[in-house]
Amino acid sequence: MCGIVGLFLKDPALEPELGHLLADMLVVMTSRGPDSAGFAVYGNGDADHLKVTVRGPRLDEVANALAGTATATLRDTHMVLSFATGAEETVRGWLALHRPDLVVTGTGKRIELYKEVGLPRQVADRFALPAMRGTHGIGHTRMATESAVTTDGAHPFSTGRDQCLVHNGSLSNHRSLRRQLEHEGLTFATDNDSEVAAGYISWRLREGDSLTAALEAGLEDLDGFYTFVIGTENGFAVMRDPISCKPAVMAETDRYVAFGSEYRALVGLPGIENARIFEPEPAHAYVWERN
Amino acid sequence: MPVVDLAVTSKRDLNAALHALPANTNETHWHVANPEGAHALAAGVDAPVTIEIDGHAGYYCAGMNSQATVIVNGNVGVGVAENMMSGRVHVKGDASQAAGATAHGGLLVIDGNASARCGISMKGVDIVVKGSIGPMSAFMAQAGNLVVLGDAGEALGDSLYETRIFVRGAVKSLGADCIEKDLRPEHEAILAQLLSEAGVEGISPTEFRRYGSARGLYNFHVDNASAY
Repeated sequence: MCGIVGLFLKDPALEPELGHLLADMLVVMTSRGPDSAGFAVYGNGDADHLKVTVRGPRLDEVANALAGTATATLRDTHMVLSFATGAEETVRGWLALHRPDLVVTGTGKRIELYKEVGLPRQVADRFALPAMRGTHGIGHTRMATESAVTTDGAHPFSTGRDQCLVHNGSLSNHRSLRRQLEHEGLTFATDNDSEVAAGYISWRLREGDSLTAALEAGLEDLDGFYTFVIGTENGFAVMRDPISCKPAVMAETDRYVAFGSEYRALVGLPGIENARIFEPEPAHAYVWERN
Repeated sequence: MPVVDLAVTSKRDLNAALHALPANTNETHWHVANPEGAHALAAGVDAPVTIEIDGHAGYYCAGMNSQATVIVNGNVGVGVAENMMSGRVHVKGDASQAAGATAHGGLLVIDGNASARCGISMKGVDIVVKGSIGPMSAFMAQAGNLVVLGDAGEALGDSLYETRIFVRGAVKSLGADCIEKDLRPEHEAILAQLLSEAGVEGISPTEFRRYGSARGLYNFHVDNASAY
């Protein structure tokens, strides 16, 4: 099963509300995915700074060691390291040498990415999602059907800077696609099929595709069932497989675009009673971008 | 006139109350407030009552309906009126996938659009969609009538049996064994009756095209024996 949600704000006045709106959407989707949850939030960014979200034990040790280089924000099992772009080698070098056990969940100017095993309400609260602000965010509640319930298996997956993807469905050609993408120089942290989909989109974007073109290429190359919601630094996208196997409903107003696996996830949004409610068509790339 | 506010009363209590109604009940007109997209609203009702849902409903709204009139003043999720036996379901907004799936009887009216697989495996229900329908609609449809005032998506009527399909707009493509057929006077009469029941005015049955089964998949063709 699995539940996915996404919220892309058009109205900057809503930005302080992003976290709590997204948290409420995520929690409603508990019945579709009670075993783990995750989310990515695109918050404040700085052209000269990078943010790296890491996950693992003894994060205070990391904060101390990199104190002169990076500002660390600890949230439960995750820590966001923010540093001047020029310090990237230093930070990555230190992590690789001293803490290879840590998992980097996301890197970019604006993305922060958190995921954990547990009920969505618990996961949202552990990371204080309701208090987060930002321009857009996506989330996932997981009901694992073909692999173990682990934090690594939780979504979103990020395979490129400021890029992330959540997936409801299953891909049947992810093994062969993974080998092809590895030839292209991509690396994968898990055996999860959804990470391959994320990698595929990252690869197409790297090759110069627009987000729309990358998704349309995916219609040819990705075999299986999928509803994807995708975030980039300034963009938000939705795509469903050609037979629309997995559910999706969207709401759009002057203030936001929202996605839910079910309408129930959208009922708490401001002005939902006057929103344009629609079901995204199969095999059609829906993309919103903010400049 | 009972009013059930789902912000206060649980959906289970609502459905249990509807299921307990005797055939001769005096509580014949129900209102459901704050549905908030809940699933299985008014599913399994078997009494000649009217139930109005004031807002959007989730999956399987009015599923298995017998006798009742269910009116949704909003959109519905997947599988509205799935396996309906009799009665009437009227959606004032849009319907998601598999509207009227496997339904045996009654009338399903959708004022807006219905997405993929509308009328899949329908077994005798009449469905009138005032907007357009999505791909793979009337897949393996067996009996009944599907009337569409707008357009139809890809692979309409794939592998269908004896359902009649009437489309007023464009058909993106026909599925396997589905063909266009002549619209004869008896079909115009069926259409006129259904349009009237659905409250459609000012549209003539002659504006529709009829599609049905070529019946080419009904029997085994010996020419295909080598494939087995």
